[in-house]
Amino acid sequence: MGGFDLSLLSQPTLSHYLVLGAILFAISVIGIFLNRRNVIIMLMAIELMLLAVNLNFIAFSYYLDDTAGQIFVFFILTVAAAESAIGLAILVLLFRSVGSIDVEDLRTLRG
Amino acid sequence: MPSVATLAFDYVPALPEIVLLVSACAVLMIDLFVPEPRRHVSYWLTLLSVAATASAILYVFHNTPVRTFGNMFVADAFGDVLNFLTCLTVILMLVYSRGYLAARGLFRGETFVLAMFALLGMMVMISANHFLTLYLGLELMSLSLYALVALHRESGTAVEAAMKYFVLGALASGLLLYGMSMIYGATGTLEINRVTTIIFGGHANRTILIFGLVFVVSAIAFKLGAVPYHMWVPDVYQGAPTAITLFIGTAPEFAAFAFMTRMLVGSLAAVAFDWQGMLIVLSLLSMIVGNVIAISQSNVKRMLAYSAIANMGFMLMGFLAANVNGYSAAMFYVVTYVMSSLAGFGLVLLLSRAGFEAENLDDFKGLNQRSPWYAFLMLLAMFSLAGVPPTVGFYAKFAVIEAAVDVGLVWLAVVAVLASLIGAFYYVRIVKLMYFDDPVDKAPLAARSDMQVLLSLNGLSLLFFGIFPQQLMGMCVVALTRSY
Repeated sequence: MGGFDLSLLSQPTLSHYLVLGAILFAISVIGIFLNRRNVIIMLMAIELMLLAVNLNFIAFSYYLDDTAGQIFVFFILTVAAAESAIGLAILVLLFRSVGSIDVEDLRTLRG
Repeated sequence: MPSVATLAFDYVPALPEIVLLVSACAVLMIDLFVPEPRRHVSYWLTLLSVAATASAILYVFHNTPVRTFGNMFVADAFGDVLNFLTCLTVILMLVYSRGYLAARGLFRGETFVLAMFALLGMMVMISANHFLTLYLGLELMSLSLYALVALHRESGTAVEAAMKYFVLGALASGLLLYGMSMIYGATGTLEINRVTTIIFGGHANRTILIFGLVFVVSAIAFKLGAVPYHMWVPDVYQGAPTAITLFIGTAPEFAAFAFMTRMLVGSLAAVAFDWQGMLIVLSLLSMIVGNVIAISQSNVKRMLAYSAIANMGFMLMGFLAANVNGYSAAMFYVVTYVMSSLAGFGLVLLLSRAGFEAENLDDFKGLNQRSPWYAFLMLLAMFSLAGVPPTVGFYAKFAVIEAAVDVGLVWLAVVAVLASLIGAFYYVRIVKLMYFDDPVDKAPLAARSDMQVLLSLNGLSLLFFGIFPQQLMGMCVVALTRSY
């Protein structure tokens, strides 16, 4: 694995992809925990998280010269689609029963 | 390119899963043509399908591990035992929740089919020998469970619970995938048993591997509901319809245990020292936080949720011993916890009726005057969760504490004993309400006879296995030694 080379002219190495994946993953975790406004943003953060993982898998797959990682990514993409379908369906129900999609309004259950 | 010959897989080890998949699809189609007043046809077909799956497991029972589908699927004694118990749990859950579901308009084909797909997901997880299989099983289970929680559309709390469950469950899947991608990067393989070989061979990048391990352990803790990843448990248990809470609180515990065993013992045994430390923290926090917060709860479902968190802490204490004694003590703990939890939630379901949820502690007041037998069964369930002899919960706690002491973690065992003493308070409080207070709610208790029989057997089994635990413990030891 190449070390950190921040020169823009050099070829991107495995660690560049991993760092990008880690940054995207961190953004999505922050999007879930620090987001106090909107549930749709949470769903977007979840999608971003899966895409960050996909980037990792593809980078490793290319680096290891092994296709299994790329095949895994196809499955993750498919599951992500099913997951957002269920998430949005629950969101529609939530809007019908609570009348808003603010994260702050999700507080009937606590204690 | 693999030749056609290598694609001819051996399908027999996956027979139970295939039976369940085909029958779930069949029930989904048949249900469309069943008129509303005859909905029980779908219900009996579902029970029949799960029973057929359970018999298929006994039929193909594996004494030595068999791997198929290009090493993606494993059928071994460990998986077969857990698959069988999961099927039994789903049968009990269906029988217990029939009246409750019918009274709330949830006695529908969707509920049965989603329960079957969730069961299929759990069985795939339990039989996984590849990160992809594990992930797909986990998602099939989780997506079905999110939908089941949200199925009671008119209930605001159920929908809120579904949203929280969905967001945190998706976060857990994300953590798991991130961890898996790191382990893949470190070892170059996604096959669970090859990961072990490569790590033992010293061909893995240790830094990346441990980095991935942290994420995988977090995902496992999420699924088990261990502190500090427990925030979804109380909200989901309280918000979901009680029948679905019963489901979420029982069968997925087997799947989560299998998930943990496949990942930590099956593929990451070589870094046991590293995950042991993480599990000690999870176990310690779960036992303390779960038992202390449960005391202040007035909602029974929420109290049982904190009880679940605390019990998972005890289970982890056995598991982190990282030897066969510890694993089998943990497996025994999960089995007995699910049995006790089924009986406890079964009684909460029994006390509920149309338009009334028996979810407050006050609803248990004077249960002994209303029905001494049900009060006795609830007493057994509470004593078993608390670990009072002669119920089976005592032996389970004894076994995990012994496993921890054997590896020199005496301080953790002392904390566990203190935590269970604190925990005994809120379990015994229910017993006190049932036997020494006057009933607030005097409505007669009605249950179908099949539920009465199964619930009584369920409750009495807590006593039976408490007095004769050897058979059950022997089964756990044999299942683990024949598989790992």
